[in-house]
Parts: sequence; structure tokens; C-alpha cells
Amino acid sequence: MERPLRLVTANPLDQLARTLEALLVVASAPLPVEELTAAADDERERIELALGLLAERYHEGRSGIVLEAVAGGWAFRASREASEACGRLFERPVQRGLSQAALETLAIVAYLGPCTRPEIARIRGVAADSAVAGLVERGLITESGRDDGTGGAVRYRTTPMFERVFGLESLSQLPRLDDLPGDVDDLRERLHAVAEQRSA
Amino acid sequence: MIVRELELDLDAFEGPFDLLLTLVLKEEVDLADVDVAGIVVRFVERLAERETLDLDACGEFLVLVAALLELKARGLFEDEAAELADLEPEEAAEELARRLAEYRRMKEAAGWLAERLAAEGDRFFRLGPAPLAPALERRLAPQDPEALANVVRLLAAEPPAVSLAHMALRFPPVAQFLERFRALLSRRSRFDFDTEIDGLSRAEQAIAFLALLELRRANQISISQAAPFAPIRVSRVEQESAAVNERTHAWNVRSA
Repeated sequence: MERPLRLVTANPLDQLARTLEALLVVASAPLPVEELTAAADDERERIELALGLLAERYHEGRSGIVLEAVAGGWAFRASREASEACGRLFERPVQRGLSQAALETLAIVAYLGPCTRPEIARIRGVAADSAVAGLVERGLITESGRDDGTGGAVRYRTTPMFERVFGLESLSQLPRLDDLPGDVDDLRERLHAVAEQRSA
Repeated sequence: MIVRELELDLDAFEGPFDLLLTLVLKEEVDLADVDVAGIVVRFVERLAERETLDLDACGEFLVLVAALLELKARGLFEDEAAELADLEPEEAAEELARRLAEYRRMKEAAGWLAERLAAEGDRFFRLGPAPLAPALERRLAPQDPEALANVVRLLAAEPPAVSLAHMALRFPPVAQFLERFRALLSRRSRFDFDTEIDGLSRAEQAIAFLALLELRRANQISISQAAPFAPIRVSRVEQESAAVNERTHAWNVRSA
């Protein structure tokens, strides 16, 4: 523990790092670099250097508090080795896990959002109302305006909370849709076979 | 009661219920034109005519009407099957394949999320509303104490006295009429009030009437009037006392 502390105190960025540390411990949501820059009233480059310094100090295995880049900002969380103890005192953000319907709905909103319930239902082939309501209640998705067409169905998008729970720096960290196996060719062949039977 | 024989009289259809169902199923009657609420009302009317509740008939009716409503709802909204039916078989297969592939990819994505959640499930972090942003400081223009003093001085100045001249009502004191009527009564035993006040202003007439009432109160005169709005006749009463005079005097001073 001695070495990293001496490292920080010897650094000219030491005071800035302490300021950022303070800002991050007060915040209850990830702080983007822009907000940290404005609050600390310093240059962006120096902020990023200081954040690197802090990330080195608050590192998994080195500290009970871990600094991570998540949901478009920087935030403290508990280290994994302390998670068992945390679990005895605190509820996990997604305590009971998610049903298959909820996971599919969440995936559709994460990839195609903002999207409406009818759009989700169209892809899944069943009504999405209760799955959407459950995800909203858990704070993983939220309303995001309305559809332009008549009726104007409510659109949904994922929240920063979703990225935090899943440990994503941003939605771009999701695997590319094209990389996910779709097996379209097999499906297409089978459907064509059915179509030929019908037209015959 | 047999539900199928329920006689209907609707805009789009007239006849027994089972015939309507047959025609609907054969697509000879457009369900969109059928007033389902009308059918329900007719059934309830028929039900009310009977003394006992026929549960079998009610159940059968519920099933039939529910089916009718579902058919109608489907007919009112264009569904995807219709969209696909308009396509050529090859196109329809292509469209279905596209949709199934989309769903399959989303299912894969859901699987990835499930794995991720299992791996990251032991993340604990602070949740809750963020502390409030500091209140905005209001910026005032630079202040000059001299200017403030000048403004306060203006406020402290004695305001000009407000003239009440326009509000003054000018009319003679009651005493003037008291003397006039007394003088009159010393010469004559009676007089006509209306004749005496003729030509005076409204305010003066009112004062004169007050004087009259005052004299009556002091029991110096008696007043009579033949009918409402008829001339008021005033006559002298032959007794006076010093006390009465004194009181009259005091009243005059106050009212003057």
C-alpha cells in the first residue's frame, strides 16, 4: 500500500486527483469527463491524466473501492472481493435476475431503441406490455418521447443504470448485431420449401 | 330461451341471431357494420322479460358475442397476416425469414445479456438521487449608495396634502330651518311643509325635513298627511319646556 500512495503524492497532478476523488465519492451516478472538467475547473487533458492515476490506485485487487469507466462516465463501485459482504447488507440492482421475455425485450430496446411496444411485440411475436413495465420499474429502460405517427406510441430507450448493471462503458460495447448468429440461410430455405408447397 | 333464435332488428341486419352468425362467417355481412352493442341490448331486454335467469342462455350468449367481438376487432385493424397475404409466396417467405432472423438475433443478444448479467451480477455501487446542483447566484448590477440614498430621500418626503374640496357638501345647518319654522309658527298656527320648501335644493329640502322631525320630537308641532305623497301639514302644539329646547340645541351643535 505504501508505494502507490507515495506515487500519488509525488505527482504534480496530486491535488487535482484529490479533487476528482472527492467529486466521485459525492456523486451517485457516473460523472462524464466534461462534468468533471467543469467542476474541477481544469484542463481536460490534465483531468484525464488524473483519472488514469486514480484508476491505477482504485484498482481491483488493490483497493476495496474500484474506479471504472462506465455508462459514459467515471464512477466508484465496490470491489468484487467485497461483493459477498455487500450482498449481506445491500440489495443488488437486479436482485432476482431477468426472465427470458425481459432479456429479449431489453436486447431489442438496447439495439433498436428508442422503440415502441408495438415494434417490440412485432419482433417477439407476443405482447411486450408486462416485460416493458417490469424493465421500467427496475430502471433499466425509460420513456423517450413518442412515435411520430398517429396514436404516438411511447418510445423506450435503455438507461445509464442499464449500462452500469451490465458493466458497459456505452451501448457501443454491445456485440455487433451482424456478429450474432442469425442462421438466416437455413430459415430461408425451409420457408421457401413451404412456399412452394402452397403455390403448387 | 334459445340464444340462436334471438330476433334482431339492427341497421345492418334484421332476423335471428344464428342467421347473422352464418352470414358473418360466410362473409356476406361485413362485421364492421354490425352494431354488437345493439345485439347485447336486445338480449338483455329479452332476459328482463323473463322471471328466472337462464344461466345456460347467458353463457352461450357470452361466448357467441365474445367471438363476434374478436372477429370484429380483427377486421377493424389491418393485421400482419393480411400484409403477408398480399405478397407473392416467395416474397412472403423472404419477409418471414427476415423477421425470424431479426428475432433470432435479438434472442442471441438476450443470451449475451444474460451471460453478462451473470458475470457482472456482483457489482455494487451507490444508487439514488444525486445531490442537488447549487442554487444559481443572482448577479446584481453594481450598486451606488448615493443613488440608493436619493431614492430613499424621495420616499421620505412629506406627500402633498390631499384636497377634499371637491367632496364638500354645502348645505345649511338644521338650526336655520328650526328657527325659520319656529318663527313661522309664532305667526301662524299651521303651515304647509311642501309650500315652504318649494324651490329649495334636494339637500336643503332634506335638512328642512330633519328640522321638522326635530320639532316633532320636541313635541312642539304635530304633523299630518292625508295620504302617501300628499302635502304634509304642520301645526303648532301649545306647550314648550326648557329641557326640550336645551336638547334641541345640543343636537344642533352636533349636526351643524
